[in-house]
Amino acid sequence: MPFTAKSGKFSASINTLTMGTGEKAIVLGGENVLPFYTFDAPIENAPKVGIEITDGGLEAEPECVKKYYEGCETIVDMAKKAATFEGVDFLSIHLEGGDPNGENKPTEELIKIVKEVAEAVDLPIVISGCKNVEKDSEIFAKASEVLSGKNAVMLAAKEENYKNVGASAGLAYKQIVGAESADDINLAKQLNVLLTQLGVDAKSIVMNVGTAAAGYGYEYVVSTMDRIKAAALQQGDATLQMPIITPVASETWGIKESIATEEDMPEWGDQEARGIDMEVETAAADLASGSNAVILKHPVSVATISKMIKALV
Amino acid sequence: MALKGLDIFKLSPKKNCKECGSPTCMAFSMKVAQGAVSIDACPYFSEDAKAAMSEATAPPMKTIKVGAGENEMVLGGETVLFRHEKTFVNKTRYAVDICSCMDDATIEAKVAELKHVDYERIGERMYVEMIDVEYDPASGADRYVEVVKKVAGEGRVLILDCQDVEVAKAALDVCKDAKPVLNGANAQNYEAMSKLATEAGVVLGVYGADENELFDTLAALEKLGNKNLVFNACTSSVKAAFATAVQFRKAAIKDSNRTCGYPSIVNVSKLAKGDSHLQAALLSLFTVKYGSIVIAEKISYAEALPLYGLRQNVFTDPQKPMKVEPGIYRINGADENSICLTTVDFALTYFVVSGELERSGVPCNLIINDAGGLSVLTSWAAGKFSSSSIAKFFQEQDIEGKIKCRKLCIPGKVAVLKGELEAKMPGWEIIVAPREAVQLVKFLKDMQ
Ligand code: SF4
Repeated sequence: MPFTAKSGKFSASINTLTMGTGEKAIVLGGENVLPFYTFDAPIENAPKVGIEITDGGLEAEPECVKKYYEGCETIVDMAKKAATFEGVDFLSIHLEGGDPNGENKPTEELIKIVKEVAEAVDLPIVISGCKNVEKDSEIFAKASEVLSGKNAVMLAAKEENYKNVGASAGLAYKQIVGAESADDINLAKQLNVLLTQLGVDAKSIVMNVGTAAAGYGYEYVVSTMDRIKAAALQQGDATLQMPIITPVASETWGIKESIATEEDMPEWGDQEARGIDMEVETAAADLASGSNAVILKHPVSVATISKMIKALV
Repeated sequence: MALKGLDIFKLSPKKNCKECGSPTCMAFSMKVAQGAVSIDACPYFSEDAKAAMSEATAPPMKTIKVGAGENEMVLGGETVLFRHEKTFVNKTRYAVDICSCMDDATIEAKVAELKHVDYERIGERMYVEMIDVEYDPASGADRYVEVVKKVAGEGRVLILDCQDVEVAKAALDVCKDAKPVLNGANAQNYEAMSKLATEAGVVLGVYGADENELFDTLAALEKLGNKNLVFNACTSSVKAAFATAVQFRKAAIKDSNRTCGYPSIVNVSKLAKGDSHLQAALLSLFTVKYGSIVIAEKISYAEALPLYGLRQNVFTDPQKPMKVEPGIYRINGADENSICLTTVDFALTYFVVSGELERSGVPCNLIINDAGGLSVLTSWAAGKFSSSSIAKFFQEQDIEGKIKCRKLCIPGKVAVLKGELEAKMPGWEIIVAPREAVQLVKFLKDMQ
């Protein structure tokens, strides 16, 4: 008697969403099964992997990442180089220097970077904000303008600034609106509803439903994504059928497992391997739980996760 | 799956003789269904009926014990597919594989490396619990037994990865008291292997070329009466391994397919040979999705730190937040003159806050209160993180005797406590820290 598994295919599916334009455009979502459950039904659009650079340029990168960008003098050089790494599907420009509590770089300076990078590479682009809600509203409005027609993702609108970001990125410039909530299915749903009530097309919303490094309250990430996928697919809840994008690098490269040097923690061994594995293991768990795209930093992490995805889909 | 009273009644003797203490068989059946009395209170239930009932009430996934003494560990026994439904009960265990094809120096180095990872994280010992010993026919039976003997004393549960019955028997002879897993049954040898495992009283691991062969072999072993089993996820590809792990778990839990209801072994060392980062990714994947034992080529701190943290998170009770031990945590080489910060004992808060404090490089004393393992605002609302509870905690722990600095930073979210604390803790300067942990680095640096 052979093994017969009941199919876990659902009648509802995750929205499909195109990022970028032209040959390098990518499609997220579309699946009607749980993550990587290809035995239930084929998954047409495999999850995608993005690489992150920041407005801080080479200087701001962890020591072990710098060598991969050898010879790069500007952020544009870095972007061009990043586009050549194995497994890169899209580029995320993280404008963390805009934070008024940090470097507080003026918006114009950041937008200049965005514009130059976008002219230099043809990959789909994600603009990751600085987390300050007022500044982000400004950054996303200007970035949406200069990236007009590029189908870029603005990551992300939050409960506090969704009106501004939704109006500029979503309504005025028809970019993809990232909707960020913190590990709570109800908040994720509410933000999607608010954005659509504002007139943003539900099909051009991508969610960041919360993220953490492995070991740092990661149970909330798993359970939030499990619940969201169940609501979207099993219950057919259209307000939660948006694909999920998860910024991994910004979580994992700041914690002690990644930043403690070998002198600090001799028994932990090689720092680069620790940084990569923290990023890779967190990303693998994100994808297993439901992310349709992850944003990473280390080229080896990108190649590894891309390989894992190809092996699974 | 619980049986209903009516289902039990159908199987009952229907004599209504009252010997069980109940007025009727029906009443008795109802009580059994509620768990109020044991079925054994009635002397007339047939053995067949009892067997049918135990089958129907058996948990969907078997709980399997491996190892002996202090190394005994429990696998399987899960009742759900998702952790928000109910707690995952038995965490994934990790193994490093060695092979009888390796020379002594290589094996010693591998054992030393895996034993190097041994630390505590929120009250849990984190270490590589198992060693997978693979049989290489080319180097022969004697070498295999020699290698098994060599690693048997390392305090790790062994997995005897050997599909040759004679060799397995010889290897079991030298280590069976430690209750290894005999991972060697396949469609051809299962009868002999089952006999071997049963005689030695050890768990039998089952292989199949594909899901169908695996399933059939498990079914055949059950028919022989052996239910002390674990199964190997197919090793032909990552995709096949993932499909087996997920589909068998789903079939067991959702479709009550008991033949699938055994713990799984996933050998990522085979799936991604030589690629340690891909193995790290797969270790994580199979921790989230249904690996009971995952075998890798190596587990050093690089793989372990995220992995064990992830496992601790995933296997925690969703109803019960994780707590850290209250007390003083000295960060960045702090001493009694370093500034103090205080917060709650919710593990997530502790990790985020201590991480940021470490990042600041500023020596400081982090004083963790006993706040019931709740977050700052929740414990404050519940009265478990108040000016009185903090003052009391400082007294009980004799903080003033242990620390000379009298500057205490409190979380921005409970800034309201400042005045009350100043009144209750004379001599202390109470400083309101930022609301979010990420702002702590700047806050501490600015203060210096
Ligand atoms: S002892 Fe058994 S047969 Fe007699 S009444 Fe009770 S259940 Fe029925």
